[in-house]
Amino acid sequence: MAAARPAKLRVESLHKSFGKLVVLDGIDLTVEAGESLVIVGPSGTGKSILLKHFIGLQRPDSGRVFVDGQNIWELSSIEQNALRKKFGMAFQEGALFDSMSVYQNVAFPLRHSGRSPAQVRARVQECLDLVQLPDVGAKRPAELSGGMRRRVGFARAIAHEPEILLFDEPNTGLDPITTDIIAEVILGIRRQLRATIVTITHHMPSALKIGDRLALLFGGHIRFEAPPQQFMTSSDPAVRQFVEGRAHGPLTREFEGSTRKEILEAR
Amino acid sequence: MTTRLLEAVGRAVLRLLEELGRFFTMLGRVLLWAPQPPYDLPELVRQMVVVGVNSIPVVFLTTLFTGMVLALQGYHAFSKFNATSLVGSVVALSLMQELSPVLSALMVTGRVGSAMAAEIGSMRITEQIDALKALATEPVQYLFVPRVLASVLMLPLLVVVGDVVGIFGGYFVAVHLLGSNPVTYYENSFEHVDMNDFTSGLIKAAVFGLIFSVVACVRGYYTTGGAEGVGRSTTQAVVVASLAILLSDFFLTRLLF
Repeated sequence: MAAARPAKLRVESLHKSFGKLVVLDGIDLTVEAGESLVIVGPSGTGKSILLKHFIGLQRPDSGRVFVDGQNIWELSSIEQNALRKKFGMAFQEGALFDSMSVYQNVAFPLRHSGRSPAQVRARVQECLDLVQLPDVGAKRPAELSGGMRRRVGFARAIAHEPEILLFDEPNTGLDPITTDIIAEVILGIRRQLRATIVTITHHMPSALKIGDRLALLFGGHIRFEAPPQQFMTSSDPAVRQFVEGRAHGPLTREFEGSTRKEILEAR
Repeated sequence: MTTRLLEAVGRAVLRLLEELGRFFTMLGRVLLWAPQPPYDLPELVRQMVVVGVNSIPVVFLTTLFTGMVLALQGYHAFSKFNATSLVGSVVALSLMQELSPVLSALMVTGRVGSAMAAEIGSMRITEQIDALKALATEPVQYLFVPRVLASVLMLPLLVVVGDVVGIFGGYFVAVHLLGSNPVTYYENSFEHVDMNDFTSGLIKAAVFGLIFSVVACVRGYYTTGGAEGVGRSTTQAVVVASLAILLSDFFLTRLLF
């Protein structure tokens, strides 16, 4: 499936450190148009940091980031902003605007989209229905549970039907049914919008369901990438440990010290 | 001992330069984004209410009592040289040129600058700033431009209020407590005052508005380290902005008079 399709997103020898802590140590990764890539890896390996590089929320220490062939960091801030109209991103904790209602949050990306107020209302409701939260529009983000905030953040990310979607652990910490619903929604969006999707998740069943390709990020490198079937049957000991969820193995041996907490503190 | 002292001085200089760099970078970004469409007029008006209208009580009280104290002290001092007829002028001039702009700016910094830094800081640590960017909404344009514009526009208006209230406070003390002749006091008040004295105070106020709002935005934007970090940013915003206002006041006074 690969060769014919152009690269939608590409990072080249990406390096990023926070203080002494090296998080990304030369990442090369390409996501083709319409492809769904899932990035997996232990907590604290910098998956979120990598995801934020795709949309230019993190600036690499060195290396290049391309969106549709354009190097993000060669653009002015005004051009970068225009480029981001292609993106929708769901953040780990939702990152909802707490000065607004849930409805206003989901409607936010539709503000200057040329839709009529009635169309905006319909689209917002459609997105809230998709994440199984049809009745929370009038609430404030502070009144929602963590899982609900995450789902509203997801609804906000897809509201303007973007070409590229970045999901940072969209279904972590949700009940098994909602976890699967979110995976279904991602699949649905893919069919509907033919969007390019990059998802971070720990949940292997979801990863297998939504991914055309799985990449294991570990130790600042892409340790292994392959389509789901190959990924699951890989003999790479690190992949085996992750897939089987074992406490002991190469991931935990090499992975001493650099925890997510340290990354956050260094930031 | 000497090395440690030099290190401390070096660190302080570096921090000062870093702060200055961030200030002017942010100012540049605000100027770059201010003319870009879309324009968010409702948000600008909202911020003008927050910065301006809601600060009227604080500015009113501050300048009222400042005018009253000026008249009281001026009267005692000038009575020693038999020059009490000058009290009105001194009150009006010091208020317009110096006290109304500086005190209003310091009060607004405490009231509004701290709130701005705290709001933007908590948006930063909860990834709301990142979320804005990810939704193709530049935080500089969406958050900072209306705040800075509102501050630059509203602080001069607050100073006009302060001038009027302060001069009235001086008049009240001089005439009703100290027994000056109301007509002579009133005439004396404006005898030595020209338009330039009034407008220079407004220019100062606009610059102070720019300083405190940009400092608050910078401190909020670069917040790190959770709730504690937000607290730190808020304090720093008020301290840095207040010092910058007092420092720049000296240079503005040299420049304007």
